[in-house]
Amino acid sequence: MYIAIGVIVGLIVLTLVIFFVIYNSLVGLRNQVRNSWSQIDVQLKRRHDLIPNLIETAKGYMKFEKEVMENVTKARTAAVAVSGRGAADQAKVEGELSGFLTRFFAVAENYPDLKANKSFMALHEELTSTENKISFARQFYNDSVMNMNNKVQMFPSNVVAGMTGFRQEEFFQIEAPAEREVPKVSFS
Amino acid sequence: MFEQIRNNKIKSMWLIAGLGALLLVFGYLLGELIFASGAAGIVVASIVWLIMNLIAFAQGDQIFLSISKARKVEKKDHPQLYNIVEEMTIASGLPKVPDVYIIDDPAPNAFATGRNQKKAAVAITSGLLKQLNRDELQGVIAHEIGHIRNRDVLLMILAGILMGSIVLLANIGIRAFLLGGGRGGRRSSRSGGGGGGEAIILVVAIVLIIIAPIVARLFYYAMSRKREYLADASSAQYTRYPEGLASALEKLASSTAVLSSANQVTAPMYIINPLHKAGFSASDLTSTHPPLSKRIKILRSMGNSASLATYDRAFRQVYGGRGSIIPKGSLAGAAGLVETRSVAVEEKKPVQQEKLERARDVSDLLERLNKYTALACTCGTAFRVPPDYKGSSIKCPRCGRNNPIPGR
Repeated sequence: MYIAIGVIVGLIVLTLVIFFVIYNSLVGLRNQVRNSWSQIDVQLKRRHDLIPNLIETAKGYMKFEKEVMENVTKARTAAVAVSGRGAADQAKVEGELSGFLTRFFAVAENYPDLKANKSFMALHEELTSTENKISFARQFYNDSVMNMNNKVQMFPSNVVAGMTGFRQEEFFQIEAPAEREVPKVSFS
Repeated sequence: MFEQIRNNKIKSMWLIAGLGALLLVFGYLLGELIFASGAAGIVVASIVWLIMNLIAFAQGDQIFLSISKARKVEKKDHPQLYNIVEEMTIASGLPKVPDVYIIDDPAPNAFATGRNQKKAAVAITSGLLKQLNRDELQGVIAHEIGHIRNRDVLLMILAGILMGSIVLLANIGIRAFLLGGGRGGRRSSRSGGGGGGEAIILVVAIVLIIIAPIVARLFYYAMSRKREYLADASSAQYTRYPEGLASALEKLASSTAVLSSANQVTAPMYIINPLHKAGFSASDLTSTHPPLSKRIKILRSMGNSASLATYDRAFRQVYGGRGSIIPKGSLAGAAGLVETRSVAVEEKKPVQQEKLERARDVSDLLERLNKYTALACTCGTAFRVPPDYKGSSIKCPRCGRNNPIPGR
């Protein structure tokens, strides 16, 4: 008689423990998703901040490339205007900015004086690195979302997720194919 | 990819459990043999293990780094290296960027240290910095950060302690056995004992004394190799570009310099075996690192694709022109996610490469018209090479890297 009660109590305790373990892991994953999203934002803002400097440095050398530089500046203004609005709006505009930046650096290859300019080189390295960081942050964000979605969809954690209201998160979809191009100009 | 990493971690746990079990069993048997009490043996084994723990953890990372003659670098000293470390930190999800150190040694190598993820450090030799381009450097750094993320340093320290304890116990056992002749074997007043039981324990203990140290060492090296594969896999996962690390390893394989400050203890933490001799395959069971050819093969089988772009790029970057694509081998089924991503990225590259190459040809023409060659080193120095400079590469005055001069 007592054995039966003991077994039942033990089972209840075990279930509760499992429940809390799964709940905690879900919370951890969701926080990771949110944190990695803000990381993308940080890198995007950094890119916005670097661009004016770049244009200033290049202006003296690339006198005949006004259009290219204007495109970059306009795209940057558009990106700053939308920043913070959310994935869908930002993806498109940031993608265009990436495209114009790539073209800018390709054109800059024709100006060896500009290439040898110290500030330009430093900025170029910074922008390349920022572009890489954006894609890595996006990659990490998508990985986190995948882990989260796995947990939310798979048994037995989907039971816990359903009871406590954890949702699936959205991947950061790439809208414009131009955004995939990362300016990878190397001097080696 | 993710499946493979999970399996690797599970296997490492088993290896540690195996070592721990071996230690306890060994302690018990020795205890039976020497003190006629298995429990006492376990206690002694645990004490030995604790002492080794204290010794191992008392040495900080600082000692390790100073032995290797490493100097810390800030972002301004070497922006590209620091940027790469920052990029990999983001890609791997590390909470904090590890400290970056440079070792002034022509032998190309790199290692990671740090017992927890917030107090980690990555060290690169100056030889490595000179030889690798940005993608390869990224692959190497990703490998090291993979070590940090997978807590390999901690794991290998624990395994080293277990192995050391077992070896020490074996030594004690041999000595006690030879001197004492097995006091426990002669006592007959233990309940449930009997001459037969004692003899069996004796035999088993002797056998273990001989083979336990060997087995422990094999376990240790097997685990070291497993973690190396895992770090390679982590590198490919973070960069989504396994070719980077593959070509870096290939360049390292042909290096002949031996790292002067490495020894057997510190060897597992380096990216390639610092104790290898050039031309040696170093694939035996006592090696801390798996053979380079296999590592490269596996990496390349992950990033394989029918696209000519991948082949082209590998061919251009590879030292000595070895660019064959190996069909999917032991990692079949695990590479789904990575493959698609790297193919997608690769397809974009050749269009860019073409554009850039055309732009570069134009700039080469302009340079020759201007007579001076403008050159930029990866460390941030810019300089111009006069037209009457005869060589095909020039040494950077700041960091010493040999920069090839384009157009020659």
